[in-house]
Amino acid sequence: MTLPGPGDWSALLFQPFIEFGFMRRALVAVVALSMGAAPLGCLLVLRRMSLMGDAMAHALLPGAAIGYLMAGLSLTAMSVGAFVAALLVALGAGAVTRRTGQREDASFAAFYLIALALGVLLISTHGSSVDLIHVLFGSVLAVDDAALVLVAVIASVTLLVLALLYRPLVVESFDATFLRSVGGPGALSHNVLLVLTVANLVGGFQAMGTLMAVGLMMVPAIAARFWVRDLGNLALLSTGFAMVSGWAGLLLSFHADLPSGPAIVLVAGAFYLVSLLFGRHDGLLRRRAPAAPSALTSP
Amino acid sequence: MSGAVLTLDGVSVQRGERWALENVCGEVQRGAMTAIVGPNGAGKSTLLDTLAGHLTPQQGRITRAAGVTVAYLPQHARIDRSFPIRVGDVVALGAWSRIGLWKALGGGLRREVAEALAAVGLAGCERRVISDLSAGQFQRVLFARLMLQNADLILLDEPFNAIDEGTTADLLALIHRWHAQGRSIVAVLHDMEQVRAHFDQTVLLSRRVLAWGATPSALSPEPLRAARLLADEVRA
Repeated sequence: MTLPGPGDWSALLFQPFIEFGFMRRALVAVVALSMGAAPLGCLLVLRRMSLMGDAMAHALLPGAAIGYLMAGLSLTAMSVGAFVAALLVALGAGAVTRRTGQREDASFAAFYLIALALGVLLISTHGSSVDLIHVLFGSVLAVDDAALVLVAVIASVTLLVLALLYRPLVVESFDATFLRSVGGPGALSHNVLLVLTVANLVGGFQAMGTLMAVGLMMVPAIAARFWVRDLGNLALLSTGFAMVSGWAGLLLSFHADLPSGPAIVLVAGAFYLVSLLFGRHDGLLRRRAPAAPSALTSP
Repeated sequence: MSGAVLTLDGVSVQRGERWALENVCGEVQRGAMTAIVGPNGAGKSTLLDTLAGHLTPQQGRITRAAGVTVAYLPQHARIDRSFPIRVGDVVALGAWSRIGLWKALGGGLRREVAEALAAVGLAGCERRVISDLSAGQFQRVLFARLMLQNADLILLDEPFNAIDEGTTADLLALIHRWHAQGRSIVAVLHDMEQVRAHFDQTVLLSRRVLAWGATPSALSPEPLRAARLLADEVRA
């Protein structure tokens, strides 16, 4: 076997996007999604809410299914349905947590499992299993111009809101008690974060499916934690990881004829594994001897 | 100026299905150093949260003297020390009431941050990330943040828990400086010797107030015995 020449490489890496409109649209969608979803993922990881993102992604399903059953394969109906369903789960779980003193992750688990079961039930009794696979795992063919506009709007609004509320969002994640004690908008920040998360998952599920949309949000953020130690760089690096994962994942999906969502998340997973092994901070193969245990090391 | 910065009148606070505080009456004296002591589960943190205004009593009322500003330091276990944030940024948060959501940190504020860090023995550490710090150093950072809050009443929840002796001594000296500036201090503490040595007022708590007044009388054998009995009762 010979190595591919320069021309072959460009055919491998760029030709699909030059040749096919649907690949270009999918690439633009994934790149735009990365810009909003990856910084959000960083905040969720730092708030120990990595699994809440997953729960909300599952909760999209019944909403999308109801939208699909009522209006067919309509982007608007499915997106609105998914958005409302996931938001209901997020707010419902939050309200139960506040009123009963039950742990938040437990409430989320109960709510999203009910939602997921409902969604699978709706689709399996009213649609075909092909539809179910399509909604669960997404398809790049589903990214039409309307979906692109939706993704672009969601990404723009996300970046704008993150810029406006950056300070309280960070402080609420770092030290919520402090933010409350100085009268900062803690509850607002928390709710805005939930709404943005749901919106970005809705934006992602056309191309990647409900179960995989959360992968583009969380995995790059978790991988980036192994390399950088301040939040600005963390957001930038995770966005970069997400974009490259999107591009490489789409190529993988094209050449190997795989569903796009899992392909993209698997590439992000490769970034994670490499980071886990070689990451500058806490990478398994890069671990240095711990610093002196004394609390009195010179300042 | 003397008098009370905070007055509690029959304050009862519910936590879950039980009363964490019952019928608490008393005054936090202006310019005093007040210690809150008591057995585990006595409601010390609940009382501090109530003084901070984070908890609203189900019964009774709490009055804050006009114009008094409050700063609050939670138990440091409640903060995630692996968070990717720099020391200077944490300290600058103390100026939240001045910078709010959007205002930039000006040169004056940066100077204040540098001065506060120097005062807690961490001069020049603005750019370090907090995950590099020891527990003691991180507590120093939080004390620097308190300095930027520039509050009249400072509430500290177990500020020396799991903190080494050297840091404790430095931070106690800092508290005395705040006291000398006329600020009022309220701290939840465990170490009775520390309380006797540094705090003029003491609240002995076991859901109810067993003693609230000058430290020597509040920590005399009689109320301490009552506190121990009540603690055993709770455990039984």
